[in-house]
Amino acid sequence: MKRIDAINEIAAKVKESGALLIGNIGIPCKEIHHVCDIPTNFYMLGSMGLASSIGLGLALARPDKKVVAIDGDGSILMNMGTLATIATQSPENYLLVIVDNGAYGSTGNQPTATSVVTDLAAVARGAGNRDVLEVSTPEGLRDVLKKTEKGIIVVKAEPGNTDAPVIEMTPEGIIKRFMDISSQPSH
Amino acid sequence: MTGLPEVLTPSEAVFKGIKDAGIDFIVSVPCANLKELIPMVDEAPEILHLPVTREEEGVGICAGAYMGGKKTAMLMQNSGLGNSINALASLDMLYNIPLLMIMSHRGVEGEPIVAQVPMGELTPKLLDTMEIPYFMPESGVDPADLIVKAWNTAVEMKKPVAVLLPIPFWRKQA
Repeated sequence: MKRIDAINEIAAKVKESGALLIGNIGIPCKEIHHVCDIPTNFYMLGSMGLASSIGLGLALARPDKKVVAIDGDGSILMNMGTLATIATQSPENYLLVIVDNGAYGSTGNQPTATSVVTDLAAVARGAGNRDVLEVSTPEGLRDVLKKTEKGIIVVKAEPGNTDAPVIEMTPEGIIKRFMDISSQPSH
Repeated sequence: MTGLPEVLTPSEAVFKGIKDAGIDFIVSVPCANLKELIPMVDEAPEILHLPVTREEEGVGICAGAYMGGKKTAMLMQNSGLGNSINALASLDMLYNIPLLMIMSHRGVEGEPIVAQVPMGELTPKLLDTMEIPYFMPESGVDPADLIVKAWNTAVEMKKPVAVLLPIPFWRKQA
């Protein structure tokens, strides 16, 4: 499977559950936007490494809302401390999905350490996370997404991008549309 | 009651400013000068406090909390500014996200550790370059009011602001 297959499954899940979705920098955000552009999506256009941190902060601030973040292996390797902080806080309403395709997909598929030796699920467990699941097929991901709304899912994927177009929204437009929902009380 | 004004320690004054500003979400990376303040915010029931591993991570967590409606601050050493510049620019400044950075400013007057000096001297210059407003204690100005003013500036300008609290400030412990 490729990243787009994971994004299709996650998009279907958040559309149904109403969860707030944090999308990772670069092509992942473009693919999310292309597949399913809804007001509960936040597109992180810069700050590589921080999608999982934004998701954590949002989940802690809003225990009344479900939060999902889509991150990548290169980004997690850039901010590995996030796994320790997520484990320490362990919010019930936060699901982090790491699409691990072993490559910096937005910059030319240069290999990351996970394509060689590094096991992100083991790192996540070693950081103290109790709910860490690994999948490698769209069906497997669909199955675990039905059962879980917290913890970490590592999706093993092949490198590869779609030609999803650039997001035309402005940063101001992205955050305003998102915060009209994320900062408001739940109904 | 003596009728005299209550004398607060530096940490108590900063804590009062945090509460007066209505800050309700704080991340921290420690500094020796923050060792009294961090337990105060940790024990405050109205503040959600979490330690983070690195200041850049803290900027991300605070951005998410802001999107959830929180008023956010980061307790940090000025060395952490260097760890967070890209996030301050390409997250907070890109999306107009306010953040109050309360910095122990090391590497200035009274610094015993030589390794603190380069970032200590660079900190105001980096903030100037980034067009991040910063506030420093002045005689006759209540530190609590300084914190409130800094937070109000962050909200009005919709960007990060810093409060630089140098070594002599913390030495005024009662």
